[in-house]
Amino acid sequence: MTERQLMTGNEAMAEAAIRAGCRTYFGYPITPQNEILEYMAAHLPAAGGAFVQAESEVAAINMCYGASAAGVRTMTSSSSPGISLKLEGISYLAGADLPCVIVNVMRGGPGLGNIAPAQGDYFQATKGGGHGDYRVIVLAPSTVQEAAELVGLAFDLSDRYRVPAMILADGMLGQMMEPVALPPHRDPATLPPKPWALTGAKGREPNYVASFALDPKDLRELNLRRHERYREIAAREVRWEEVATEDAHVLLVAYGTMGRIAKTVVRRARGEGLKVGLLRPITLWPFPYAPIRELAARVRAVLTVELSAGQMWEDVRLAVEGRCPTPFYGEMGGVVPTPDEVLAEVKRLA
Amino acid sequence: MPKTETMTKVFARPRSLTEKKFTYCPGCHHGLITRILGGAIDKLGIQERTVVVAPVGCAVFAYEWFRCDGVQAAHGRAAAVATGIKRANPDLVVISYQGDGDLAAIGTAETIHAANRGEAITVIFVNNQIYGMTGGQMAPTTLDGQATTSSPRGRDPATMGHPLRVAEMIAALQAPMYVTRQALYDAKHIAQATRAVEKALRYQVEKRGYSLVEILANCPTGWKMPPVKANEHIAATVTGVFPLGDLVDRG
Repeated sequence: MTERQLMTGNEAMAEAAIRAGCRTYFGYPITPQNEILEYMAAHLPAAGGAFVQAESEVAAINMCYGASAAGVRTMTSSSSPGISLKLEGISYLAGADLPCVIVNVMRGGPGLGNIAPAQGDYFQATKGGGHGDYRVIVLAPSTVQEAAELVGLAFDLSDRYRVPAMILADGMLGQMMEPVALPPHRDPATLPPKPWALTGAKGREPNYVASFALDPKDLRELNLRRHERYREIAAREVRWEEVATEDAHVLLVAYGTMGRIAKTVVRRARGEGLKVGLLRPITLWPFPYAPIRELAARVRAVLTVELSAGQMWEDVRLAVEGRCPTPFYGEMGGVVPTPDEVLAEVKRLA
Repeated sequence: MPKTETMTKVFARPRSLTEKKFTYCPGCHHGLITRILGGAIDKLGIQERTVVVAPVGCAVFAYEWFRCDGVQAAHGRAAAVATGIKRANPDLVVISYQGDGDLAAIGTAETIHAANRGEAITVIFVNNQIYGMTGGQMAPTTLDGQATTSSPRGRDPATMGHPLRVAEMIAALQAPMYVTRQALYDAKHIAQATRAVEKALRYQVEKRGYSLVEILANCPTGWKMPPVKANEHIAATVTGVFPLGDLVDRG
């Protein structure tokens, strides 16, 4: 029988990480993600893992860099301002081809902003954020159940492609409680081996982990090989959900908490006889350009709804490429629109 | 040691160093420190379980000079990276090799907190009172009045502060097992520094805890001094600001 528990999104993501074989966690307090840090402090040592409350987000991500280099599944979590501090480290992880899972429970910004749910870190998460020409796999859950599942997927994808993976959640998802069927425990010893890891040069040549290559030709070669993997990820790992898109006249595109609200909007619209559908990106990078493009040829408008001034909107417009109008509806500063407010916007288009 | 009819080899390159050529300037102490560290790794027989964390700066290539696993850390973050490695795999011997800009300016927080947690790592702190790699700018350890490319009229303590005494700062904490300051300006001090590095590593192997070996190093290029004069400067002036000797030994 599937084990179901009532948990907050933060707790579920922490427990899912332990079950995925995460054995090191490094974090720093910041609202609204503190329950991840606290859950790890309480439970990771019992699972044989190492928990450290770091002196800063900068230190925490660099501890992840070390633990990942040592071949152990590692995670850190934070919220928007703290993720800004981690970007240097994320760039180094990307440059050194190190796997790592980073959870961002987004809050209102910029600056100190507030602690309410927002989606203002989309650019930061999907367009690099830190310096250099790199990508991070970005997964956007919309329920506590999905958050738990995507954490496991993030570890697997990050290990497989040696690319850092980010869970882009928000304060609503982190704080809300829902019943969740937790994934099974995985023994770290059964995970695929990492022959590149720093385990001591015993009976082999030394392994070196670095993001450094002084000769431009060498660095270009490293970048080209990494971008080859990015292309593979873009070809194989795009994930999304469609709701009532078959005959839709208006297509909503929304992710995370906003994607969940958009589902309610679709249900109410259909109840009123309006042909409205939803495409909810689950991977924000790689972005589901192709399915949006395909639907754009069949609908009258693609409405992007976000808790931002319109960040994912840019990717939606890249996908649609002028095939139909691409209006935008957004809220900022931690304000979350009600389904009725979004529905009113939909009705103007339908 | 290989023997011939008439000669016995009594001195050789440490086995735990690779053949890769050092990129240091002539007369620089970094090469000597690397050699001392390699010798200590050999002596303790830990080459197969050591991980060297290289900093940003003149020692940025350090991870490739040891026949040990190695990792290159972001500027100032070596102590955090070393923490991550050690926590992930406590059986490894983790050495963080850092200069003064790296350890005592941008990495001060990571340095203090790794020491305060008593991370079972060995920190080799190369204090040459200057940013070497970037062209000789003022470091937190630059002496009062010392001219650098970013303090061309000399370090003015009124606006730039006094040299930061890292070993003293770390020694004020309760967790560190061994904190010492050494120099390399003559054979006697090289021998003492060698014993200090060996002790610091031995404490880690024996799972005692954190140690920091601060080494007063020269920078003939950055100081614009011939190597011999640079060594004399350390003996005559630098040791007055940064006194030599063990500050903490809880082993």
